[in-house]
Amino acid sequence: MSLLTGLPARAQRFPPRRRGPAFVWLPALAVAGAMAIPLVYLLVRAAQADADAWRDLTRDSTLTLLKNTALLALAVTAGSIALALPTVWLTVRTDLPWRRFWSVVMVLPLVIPSFVGGLAFVAALGPRGSFQRLLEPLGVESLPNIFGFEGAWLALTLFSYPYLLLTLRVGLRGVDPALEEASRALGAGPWRTFFRVVVPQLRVPLAAGALLVALYTISDFGAVSMLRFDTLTRAIFVQHQSSFDRSAAAVLSLLLVALVVVLLTAEALSRSRGRYYTSGAGSPRPPRVIRLGRWRWPATAFLALVAIAALGVPVGVLLDWLVRGLRAGEPFSGIWSAAWHSLSVAAVAGTVAAAAAIPVAIVVVRRRSMLAALVERLSYFGFALPGIVVALSLVFFSLKVVPGLYQSWAVLIFAYLVLFFPQALAGVRAAMVRIKPSVEEAARGLGRSPPWVTATITMPLLLPGLISGFALVFLTTMKELPATLLLAPIEFDTLATKVWLAADEAFFARAAAPALLLIALAAIPMALLIGRDKQIRD
Amino acid sequence: MEGHGAWRPTRLRLIVCLATLAALALAACGDDDGAGNPGTGNPDTAGASGSLTVYSGRSEDLIGPLLNRYEEATGVDVRVRYGDTAALAAQLLEEGSRSPADIFLAQDAGALGAVEAAGLLAVLPADVLARVDAAFQSAGGAWVGVSGRARVLVYSTQRLTQEELPASIVDLVEPRWRDRVGWAPTNGSFQAFVTAMREIDGDERTARWLRGMIANGVKEYPKNSPIVQAVADGEIDVGLVNHYYLHRFLAEDRNFPAANRYTDPGAAGALINVAGAGLLRSSPNEPAALRFLTYLLEPEAQRYFAQETNEYPLIAGVAPGPGIPPLATLQPPSLRLTSLADLRGTLNLLREVGALP
Repeated sequence: MSLLTGLPARAQRFPPRRRGPAFVWLPALAVAGAMAIPLVYLLVRAAQADADAWRDLTRDSTLTLLKNTALLALAVTAGSIALALPTVWLTVRTDLPWRRFWSVVMVLPLVIPSFVGGLAFVAALGPRGSFQRLLEPLGVESLPNIFGFEGAWLALTLFSYPYLLLTLRVGLRGVDPALEEASRALGAGPWRTFFRVVVPQLRVPLAAGALLVALYTISDFGAVSMLRFDTLTRAIFVQHQSSFDRSAAAVLSLLLVALVVVLLTAEALSRSRGRYYTSGAGSPRPPRVIRLGRWRWPATAFLALVAIAALGVPVGVLLDWLVRGLRAGEPFSGIWSAAWHSLSVAAVAGTVAAAAAIPVAIVVVRRRSMLAALVERLSYFGFALPGIVVALSLVFFSLKVVPGLYQSWAVLIFAYLVLFFPQALAGVRAAMVRIKPSVEEAARGLGRSPPWVTATITMPLLLPGLISGFALVFLTTMKELPATLLLAPIEFDTLATKVWLAADEAFFARAAAPALLLIALAAIPMALLIGRDKQIRD
Repeated sequence: MEGHGAWRPTRLRLIVCLATLAALALAACGDDDGAGNPGTGNPDTAGASGSLTVYSGRSEDLIGPLLNRYEEATGVDVRVRYGDTAALAAQLLEEGSRSPADIFLAQDAGALGAVEAAGLLAVLPADVLARVDAAFQSAGGAWVGVSGRARVLVYSTQRLTQEELPASIVDLVEPRWRDRVGWAPTNGSFQAFVTAMREIDGDERTARWLRGMIANGVKEYPKNSPIVQAVADGEIDVGLVNHYYLHRFLAEDRNFPAANRYTDPGAAGALINVAGAGLLRSSPNEPAALRFLTYLLEPEAQRYFAQETNEYPLIAGVAPGPGIPPLATLQPPSLRLTSLADLRGTLNLLREVGALP
């Protein structure tokens, strides 16, 4: 018996319509072109590499790097699913106490820059960290080693599972409760219903979120360098840092590109080609709230544990640094202008990325052609490559094409788009697959023009996806570092750059205030967006 | 439609909310663009109005106050892009002759050497170069050191005395130092030291020492400051670092339980690195840029480096900060930093022995 029984009719594909309207295609192609910039740059640079750099690829140590990177990506993805799936179910479907609070808190670890998270992890759980000192009176001489694979896995899982949380939220809200009711009525228990009816319905958001987690892991430098685990991205940084050799770094980056291609293919294969909208009118009521009974306490404990590890530990360490800084009379200059810069670039980047995701999502979901698939797959590379590589590719590109705009707002926002677009697309696509084409077709049949249908029918139905896409891009832009340092207008500091510049020189007390403000400011839009969600209602 | 009526009010509020946020942010772009961003594309007028663009690998905490002083004294508007030295070097290489930068301030000589090798730095006038020992400047005269940092052993004053320390870091491969030592192989200063060791002792002996260290359980850190912290915390007992990090910790806590030991007279372990400056050939503001660069080598700026960042001043007549032995008493190897150019060779060696990925 297949896992997929119990799904609604999921057989026939859409009638193949090769080309859609130009007002959708042209923007989609433009977005795809932008996303191709880092790849083109890598090819140009790698072409200049000498034989030594290519020979490096065949070293045993390079193979180990590839293996490490793939293993870490898989392990972090598995860990993230294990955290995100129960969390999203508990906060969306059950009568768990303080669901609104948990919905916001559980997403927040995403806003912690990974180098801050890594630093905090070492400070808290390292060999002579706060945790060990806390346990010292109890005779605990040393903690398990957090360096290497385990530490990097734990840190990256805790800081990247919110990707899955946000995509799964959209997915779970769209699942027609009638299916579950049917399953229950036919005698399946709650667990069976969850795994056989609900989870298969979540395939698209699950795969999309898992892909984001895996690619984020691949591109991460902060956590792996703090926790001393050798991945390809770390090796690429070392190439830049130690030999200033952009060609050798580009050759190594191509290996990363190959890994990304494998992951993208795996995700595409795992995604079924089924329909995820309901064929009938659907049930016009919110899903039944599942009563947890006495299970509410273990459930709360689970969420609390994750929140303490992912958010409590870094915030605790930062507060400790802040107190030390305040005692030493540390000045907190320029923090408000940096905060304003962070908020404004993040809001604009989020809006632009969500808007750009609309045509691409329409093309990808509605017009199944090779070109549509290519457009979508291309968009992932900016996200999966190390930030420094993408930032340099945009230095290269913007100076060649729009030198007058180099290091201006426009190029900075464009950089965020290239870096974070797949996050917006994941959110919008998850909502798009829920829209029944016949609704749009009915509007067409009633005489509305295609752009008008997109604006008045498709867009409003996409809204939950747009919000989730905006939120993801907003949060990650708030913490972005390499592109901001290279491409922002001069003297345009953000909270993330302030934190990094201080922490990099070991002025931890000075880094604490902007880091805490960064987390607090990210919480506000999250609280607004998720907290206002009508489905979370007691 | 499903749930349509139910969520309409929320949707409206959300749209208003998002639109307001976006509008506010766009208003901010407008402001910033108006207030003059670097893309003005008119370097001539920028030069005339007395502004300079500096790419600084030294963080604002380390050099910001000095730049403010310069701005106040001269009226020149110094605009700074702070970042990681290596990333800024890569950016300069990528920008080539279109770089908006006038000055590159780097944390290590290797980055300056890479930008010089690409032909992007102008040769500095002899009277500027003459202020600093030839060891601390480019052989081609395209960059000059502005502050010095000595390689030292930092050790725990709680678990070790001076006498117990080895006279040379070479001895750290002995069994009694097993699992007690820390290093930062990705750090530019560490790599410059390895390059110096290759110059002095040859690749083979260097590789043997590196392998010996790894076999002896040397612990790896991402940079210098966590090594100093780890020594104080008791995670390790000694570490290979630059001298000034300790003084930064001592400034925060006078009882910080660590001290520096200057080892290896005449050998690579006593190398003195510099943070330096170069002038971009593409700079349209050369006279102003040169005035600024010269200022960094004047007693006022040199005293700032000595007192505020605990580095070595590099011009004659300025003493280092309290608790730091004078430069003249150190016995660095007789090497010019500019001869430590084979960064690729060092990287390959470090990768070969397994010290780097």
